Amino acid sequence: MTNPVTTATAATKDESGGTLSFYGIWLIAAVALVVLPLIFSSGGSLTSFSLIGISIIFALSYNILLGQTGLLSFGHAVQYGLGGFLAVHMMNAVASYDWPIPLPVIPLIGGIGGLAFATLVGWVMTKRAGTVFAMISLGIGELVASSSLILRSVFGGESGITTDRTALPHIFGWTFGPQLQVYYLIAFWVMISAIAMYALTRTPLGRICNAVRDNPERVEFIGYDPHVVRYFAYMFAGFFAGIAGGLTAINFEIANSAYLGATQSGLVLFAAFIGGTAYFFGPILGAILVTYLQLGLTNVTSVWQLYFGIIFIGIVMFAPGGIAGILMKHRPLIRARTLGTVIPSYLVAALPTLALVLGIILSIETVARYTASEGEGNVINLVGIPFVATAPTTWAVAVVLVVGGFLIARVTWRRVAEAWDRAATVARDRGYLA
Amino acid sequence: MTAAIEVKAVDKSFGNVGIIRDLNLNVAQGERHAVIGPNGAGKSTTFNLISGHIKPTSGEIRLNGEVISGLRPFEINRRGLSRSFQVTNVFARMTVWENVRCAVLWATGHRYAFWKNVDHLPEVKQRTAQILDDIHLSHRRDVPAGLLTYAEQRELEIGITIASGASVIMLDEPTAGMSHAETDRAVALIRRLTEGRTLVIVEHDMSVVFGLADRISVLVYGNIIASGTPDEIRGNPKVKEAYLGEEVD
Ligand SMILES: Nc1ncnc2c1ncn2[C@@H]1O[C@H](COP(=O)(O)OP(=O)(O)O)[C@@H](O)[C@H]1O
Ligand SMILES: [Mg+2]
Repeated sequence: MTNPVTTATAATKDESGGTLSFYGIWLIAAVALVVLPLIFSSGGSLTSFSLIGISIIFALSYNILLGQTGLLSFGHAVQYGLGGFLAVHMMNAVASYDWPIPLPVIPLIGGIGGLAFATLVGWVMTKRAGTVFAMISLGIGELVASSSLILRSVFGGESGITTDRTALPHIFGWTFGPQLQVYYLIAFWVMISAIAMYALTRTPLGRICNAVRDNPERVEFIGYDPHVVRYFAYMFAGFFAGIAGGLTAINFEIANSAYLGATQSGLVLFAAFIGGTAYFFGPILGAILVTYLQLGLTNVTSVWQLYFGIIFIGIVMFAPGGIAGILMKHRPLIRARTLGTVIPSYLVAALPTLALVLGIILSIETVARYTASEGEGNVINLVGIPFVATAPTTWAVAVVLVVGGFLIARVTWRRVAEAWDRAATVARDRGYLA
Repeated sequence: MTAAIEVKAVDKSFGNVGIIRDLNLNVAQGERHAVIGPNGAGKSTTFNLISGHIKPTSGEIRLNGEVISGLRPFEINRRGLSRSFQVTNVFARMTVWENVRCAVLWATGHRYAFWKNVDHLPEVKQRTAQILDDIHLSHRRDVPAGLLTYAEQRELEIGITIASGASVIMLDEPTAGMSHAETDRAVALIRRLTEGRTLVIVEHDMSVVFGLADRISVLVYGNIIASGTPDEIRGNPKVKEAYLGEEVD
């Protein structure tokens, strides 16, 4: 009977070591958020960082549903948008009645808005999981989005409702006029929300959410009502989505019906899925990438949504675990010190794959500009080389890149798979892979 | 003393097909009760009825004297009845440790708590470690349940079932598909872990049944044709004819 003792001490040791590196990660994240605007201080990057921060909270809140509890929602923007509207109304009320509520508290009001709506509709919505839940979430999303255009006094119709964030009581001399101050407000809420959502996964409720995700039937036989578990998850997700919505309202000083529509719901699903829902940090990566792409691509191409679609399909087909899944697949290899087996094969595969990708981009842009001639002009600037969309040489280059890139890439991908098998065998032999 | 489980005149039909017909079953407190019968007789269906997985078409089921027919599985579980499944039914993406810990949480009173750190609950931790030790899976604690071997999954299935400390344990073919050695180990495990509790077990291996059970019920075509001590069952001509044949002698 020495076994329980040894396992117990092993567990404790493991945990205290884990705790240390755990706090380390949060500390690094906090420091990064503080110094980021000092390194990249242009107005453009401040705006980008602000939007990325908001979408990190939003994507993490979405993952309480999808990754943690196994609920696929097509209407998560409802809670986000309603949080935004409540925040705007609150800001206007604070300004006109001179209430002593400073701006940094407003995101909490947004959270309460999201929570209130989730509490209201959640019980009925979460009765069933799977397709039923997905369909109801889609329906509620459409319902609220279309109501928002009808109820003009609350939602302000097409134009939305504006506000002035500097009209609220100032604290510590911060007016929140400059974007830098807004950025720090957002960064503060990103830290608070991310820590809170991570902590949630480590509670009894958070663990049972995972159990409901894996096997709702069995959960009923260990004392839990999966419906109640899903309802709790839905309320928490609504609360944090509302915080993100409140921050968006502060950032843009407006709330409009686009906040709660299907596009917004789709984007957050994108971000969470591309980042990877199986790990807590996955949606953070996804939010950064998707927001960055959205901001960057809209400037360089008119068909940016097409690229989104291609990336999404690519992830679904070739890496269903998302970016986090790809990264974490390498962990056992790193532990077994056999990562070196696969890296060279990656490098070899990178070149033809890049050629293939460039060829696809060139083809898409050629077609896009050839068909929709308006405005954009005919010159495609790809990695610094100007291509003329109407020139046959451009078409030839595109074809060569796509066909040649694919044929060579296919061979190199096979090499990658072989290198992987070898590395995995080594990792398995050394006991780092089940 | 009130019976641990009392099934009175229960019928169950799926559509027009009557699967369970006038089922009557009594399991006394602390008894080890085996349910035997040919494949398709309705043993698993009986388990599903008692544990609330499906509702009886008619009739009444009591747990420690209280009517439980019509209650949801989690309500019955909270009243002290826990069951395993014939087909392994675990939380595949969660680790062995997490599987067992989830089964400990409700019974230790933590319910839907979202203000407590699950890693800092000493009683939960200790009980989980104890169960893992009991089912010989301590060395596999960090492996996702879906990656365990078949026999290990069956042991985890038992672990999840007993983890809450329920007073009535129902095991549906816990040794199905196991080798001889594995079966012996599992039976020893079951004997030890259900000490002082009420056990209802479905089992096909007759040497296990007659060695383990205080009482045996024989289920044929959804009806219990005999119920009694191993000796009574051995000598029962109806049982010999319907099910056991020459095996018993
Ligand atoms: N949900 C169901 N719907 C229809 N028929 C069922 C259902 N569950 C079980 N049955 C039928 O009930 C009979 C008894 O099944 P079961 O209880 O699993 O038998 P056993 O466990 O004794 O082998 C079988 O004929 C089976 O096909
Ligand atoms: Mg069965």
